[in-house]
Amino acid sequence: MARPGTAAEPLRVAVVGAGPTGYYAAEALFKNERGVVVEVDVYDRLPTPYGLVRAGVAPDHQKIKAVTAAFDKVAANPRFRFFGGVEFGKDLMLGDLRAHYHQIVYCTGAQTDRRMGIPGEDLQGSHPATEFVAWYNGHPDYRDYGFDLSQERAAVVGVGNVAIDVARILCRSPEELATTDIADHALEALRKSRVKEVYLLGRRGPAQAAFTNPEIKEIGELADAEVIVRPEEVELDPLSRASLDKSQDRATLKKVEILQGYALRKPAGRSRRLIVRFLVSPVELTGDAAGRVVAMRLVRNELYATATGALQPRATTQFEALPVGLVFRSVGYRGVPLPGVPFNESWGVILNEKGRVLDPDTKQPIVGEYTAGWIKRGPSGVIGTNKPDAAETVTCMLEDLAQGAVLQPAHPAAAAAEALVRQRTPHCLSYADWLRLNALEVSRGRAQGRPRVKFTRVEEMLQALGR
Amino acid sequence: MDIAGILATKGEKAHTVRPEQAIREALALLARHNVGALIVVEGSGRPVGILSERDIVREATHDETLFGRKVADIMTRDVITGAPHDDLLTVAHTMIEKRVRHLPVVDKGRLVGIVSIGDVLKAQRDQYQGELDTLQTQLLSDDARRGR
Repeated sequence: MARPGTAAEPLRVAVVGAGPTGYYAAEALFKNERGVVVEVDVYDRLPTPYGLVRAGVAPDHQKIKAVTAAFDKVAANPRFRFFGGVEFGKDLMLGDLRAHYHQIVYCTGAQTDRRMGIPGEDLQGSHPATEFVAWYNGHPDYRDYGFDLSQERAAVVGVGNVAIDVARILCRSPEELATTDIADHALEALRKSRVKEVYLLGRRGPAQAAFTNPEIKEIGELADAEVIVRPEEVELDPLSRASLDKSQDRATLKKVEILQGYALRKPAGRSRRLIVRFLVSPVELTGDAAGRVVAMRLVRNELYATATGALQPRATTQFEALPVGLVFRSVGYRGVPLPGVPFNESWGVILNEKGRVLDPDTKQPIVGEYTAGWIKRGPSGVIGTNKPDAAETVTCMLEDLAQGAVLQPAHPAAAAAEALVRQRTPHCLSYADWLRLNALEVSRGRAQGRPRVKFTRVEEMLQALGR
Repeated sequence: MDIAGILATKGEKAHTVRPEQAIREALALLARHNVGALIVVEGSGRPVGILSERDIVREATHDETLFGRKVADIMTRDVITGAPHDDLLTVAHTMIEKRVRHLPVVDKGRLVGIVSIGDVLKAQRDQYQGELDTLQTQLLSDDARRGR
């Protein structure tokens, strides 16, 4: 049997997930240096593409969203197709993909949050930060979520960039938010917000905080909120000092310098206060009779060095109480298993080696199945980190193709896959549909001086497209 | 990024050998798995040492009967181990400074994997490449907006 990858018989690849990694995988497949002709069908369970660039990146970070122009270029390849609103494991099963494609790549990201594992975590008013993020970004699944913004004090657990996004959005003035593409329902709710104090809680010290320097600098430049840092908490402990003296890591030195600068600031009397705390961990959330969170018990941590010299937190016996009515946990994302796809529980990823999905029993690659991005390596890095990651997976895919180790689909024609998808999900969106929807969102935004006004319900999207 | 991110794309476990096995068997394992080191574990799964190509080469220069000896005789006992949440930057630094090529990763006393200096450098390279790509995209978009 002839090996696929020619103009007459292209290599047919299904990509599950239209986030950055899905595009990077498609791009690497199109740009392969072996002259293999590839057709890529990208599926997403949402009608809209771009994954976390649309639903995760903060609305006041439009510059980061500019990467979508590069994604659209990939999608302009005539061998690229998009099927939006088609869910793997529900609308299309693994068996369907195996019958229509030579190779399948799972790029579904890390869709859920890690838990803190402390008592009171599920009290009313305690939320995963990811839900708040999805809500203010207009993710249709979170359209009807509610957050009690009548509370005056909120805590965000974690000091990564997601945590800082949440804290910043809570501290932005309505005027600042009104020029972004934040979802209308969130803008409306945040206009009425009574939140005055937002705590960002880091379990380690300033030198170990995961947020990056542009983000930490930005919170010092908010229109109507001031950032407050305790001088004693940004003073470097001896272990951090020694480690930094040795590494001379410039980004970390700068981070510490910015934070120490905040500690010197005088109160400016702004409406909101963003208080960044270090070396504290929540050990319990306490609630009132109605089951609403009213306070958080914190333990102070100290740092110790592991065998490799990495600095980790260890609880002391000093505790403090922090009255808060709203809690967002942002202690990391975690991947969700896909139906029928082997999962590695230890790391919360698809069981894989360099992107080849492995059989859990034999630990050998499963022919035709691959993974890339966060669901392959876990949530780390910036958007662009997924490009080399996807490239590694694609290299494996092309090596396997050269060995003849691909699926032998019963219906390899592009038209056969499309017919099946349209039969199962008559309302699925093509890339042309998406581009129309995008133009509509942008034009709605233009009237209000905003980058776009998002459609936040699937029915709304379909209606706008005249379906 | 932490070293769990490296282990995530390395399949399941590290390749291991028991202290009482013969060097001959260890060599076969190194060749079969195409790796440079084996973690030496006791019956309980607790890592007690590491056996690298270098350990074998060093010993072979003055003992030609080496193959029949036990792994425990020549393994390195004083092993630096990593934890899944150790950060990449610190680990890279320590491995280079202490000239460690293979780092067994232990979680709650249990061996959960091994990372090599090659793995660490590759992860760092990907991280830098990714940051560079993201920064370039943003700069280009600035240029586009200014009409350049």
